[in-house]
Amino acid sequence: MAFSDVGLWENGANPLYFRGLRTARPNPHCFQADEAIGVPAANSNSQQAFDANDKETGSMAPDGSVDGVGDGIVDRKKRRFLIGATAAVGGVGVVAAAVPLGMSFWPSERAKAAGAPVEVDITKLEPGQKINVEWRGKVVWVINRTPTMLKDLPKLDPQLADPNSNYSIQPADCKNENRSIKPEIFVAVGICTHLGCSPTFRPDIAPADLGPEWLGGFFCPCHQSKFDLAARVYKGVPAPTNLTIPPYKYLSDTRILVGADAKSA
Amino acid sequence: MQRILNWIDDRFPLTALWKSQVSEYYAPKNFNFWYFMGSLALVVLVMQLITGIFLTMSYKPDATKAFESVEYIMRDVAGGWFIRYAHSTGASAFFIVVYLHMFRALLYGSYRKPRELLWIVGCFIYLALMAEAFFGYLLPWGQMSYWGAQVIVNLFSTVPIIGDDLGTWIRGDYTVSDVTLNRFFAFHVAAVPLVLLLLVVVHLMALHEVGSNNPDGVEIKDRKDPKTGHPIDGIPFHPYYTVKDLVGVVVFLAFFSIVLFFWPDGGGYFLEANNFVPANPLQTPVHIAPVWYFTPFYAMLRAVPSYFNSQFWGVLVMGAAVVILFFMPWLDRSPVKSIRYRGPLYKGWLAAFVVSFLVLGYLGVVPVTVWGQFSEKVPLLGTADKATVVARVLTIVYFLFFLLMPWYTARDKTKPVPERVTG
Repeated sequence: MAFSDVGLWENGANPLYFRGLRTARPNPHCFQADEAIGVPAANSNSQQAFDANDKETGSMAPDGSVDGVGDGIVDRKKRRFLIGATAAVGGVGVVAAAVPLGMSFWPSERAKAAGAPVEVDITKLEPGQKINVEWRGKVVWVINRTPTMLKDLPKLDPQLADPNSNYSIQPADCKNENRSIKPEIFVAVGICTHLGCSPTFRPDIAPADLGPEWLGGFFCPCHQSKFDLAARVYKGVPAPTNLTIPPYKYLSDTRILVGADAKSA
Repeated sequence: MQRILNWIDDRFPLTALWKSQVSEYYAPKNFNFWYFMGSLALVVLVMQLITGIFLTMSYKPDATKAFESVEYIMRDVAGGWFIRYAHSTGASAFFIVVYLHMFRALLYGSYRKPRELLWIVGCFIYLALMAEAFFGYLLPWGQMSYWGAQVIVNLFSTVPIIGDDLGTWIRGDYTVSDVTLNRFFAFHVAAVPLVLLLLVVVHLMALHEVGSNNPDGVEIKDRKDPKTGHPIDGIPFHPYYTVKDLVGVVVFLAFFSIVLFFWPDGGGYFLEANNFVPANPLQTPVHIAPVWYFTPFYAMLRAVPSYFNSQFWGVLVMGAAVVILFFMPWLDRSPVKSIRYRGPLYKGWLAAFVVSFLVLGYLGVVPVTVWGQFSEKVPLLGTADKATVVARVLTIVYFLFFLLMPWYTARDKTKPVPERVTG
């Protein structure tokens, strides 16, 4: 039996009553010092002396126990369970701690307030007139399009890269020919989809620099991209898509809220 | 997996490091409660670094914006309150853990040969930690931040001859101002953390060179197994102490979380009430005291009267109280290391030291008038503040613990030290 092989220490102390280690009885679940958890089994460099059949184990008693404790048998299933359970619960703790850290990256309340929707009063907006408003640091155009402008829009479809707005960003209720909720009032983010300049408003018909086919629209000065009066991009220009339409809704016939869609408060 | 490991090992000593520092690094098998503190200190250091980085994302080191930016973090930044409370609780936790860690060394003689350098590096870490806490405390720019910094920088102004210029040089201005705030921010966020990290690495390297002491003060390396070469009273750090320290970390985090979520101001000691008032250079609070972990030294500073029209003596005494720690390895002349085998003289003096440190800590928090004055009829002491007199006596006791140590440790009646550890 294991412990008859383990003598008393020189000073007369009985190692079985050693305070640091767990038990004075053979414990089939006590693991061995050199059966280190996590050391790759194939790594023979770490092969410490212990092996179930190896009796030459240095400080270990002939039965393979360390300092007289345990009988050298490892309950691998229990060990795996314990490691797994600890890792799982520990993982929950790590996630719980990481959540506030990760969340702190999102816009703060102050940033969200600064990015809040902007109300626009269009009572004084004349037909053919454009005003600029700022929302989330971006320029947004609000234009009162004339009936002529609206009539001319379908004529330009063959010259456009994406006349049906399949590739551009707009709210669902603006995915139409006019790209707006109500036909006359047009709202768009005035930033060219090429590299971010703000195109100029060119409602004039057939000007010298834009040619006789020009029925009104936007012309970007940086790399000469062209858009119609529904901000749809022409074929053959650097800009890849129609301009973005921001979410917006009507608070009344004369007030528009830019930055909030129909569903939000 | 093994192939990847081999590829790495051919280019970087990963497995060799793992073995030499962890899986085949032997530590005494009889570590007790006091031996959790080192790993806990490392955990707190990492936590302070991470929460500190996240605070730096939103904090503004400008005198007109700093206070408000902290309130912004607390209220507007998602999870900001958690990050701030983790950092402030962590600062106090760091000192609790470090003081217990240092006390362990006093209990078991962990500063004795061949660990003198380990102890000295540790003392430098303590100094760096105090500097880090001091610089960090100015950043919220509250009343206590401002006036605490003002007082402490003025300590440097007491140095004879160069004092005034020294104070101005440290502040970068004629009084604590936005300039001071910005440079303390640079120290707190960049300079001192780097110094701390470097010192901790050196500390661990020095430790691994000589191996840990243990509660019996018996050198486990003196008795090695002839076949394996390992100390017979040693066990590999992994898995024994990785697992045991994990338990320690979990218990620590439980207490830490209770404070963070339910008691973050620590009764006014972890987050001081006065610091929720923005700094006002024109109005000094009625009662200034440093944060609790500095109060024992503050009590000593206050207790020393001025001589020859100079307050410098108090500053010297306060400085000496910290510096004298460095000399422990040479003051202790006992043949035994651990308190388990020391005699009544050392135990008595250690108890006196602990009592004086704790009571001085209390006295540093309260005003000197807290216990009133002696009546004028009392000879010698008449009309003196009782608290000041007690602080003076305790300061002397504190220093005597160290200064008399060569004498009482040499003559103390010690018990025989066992050959093997006893657990």
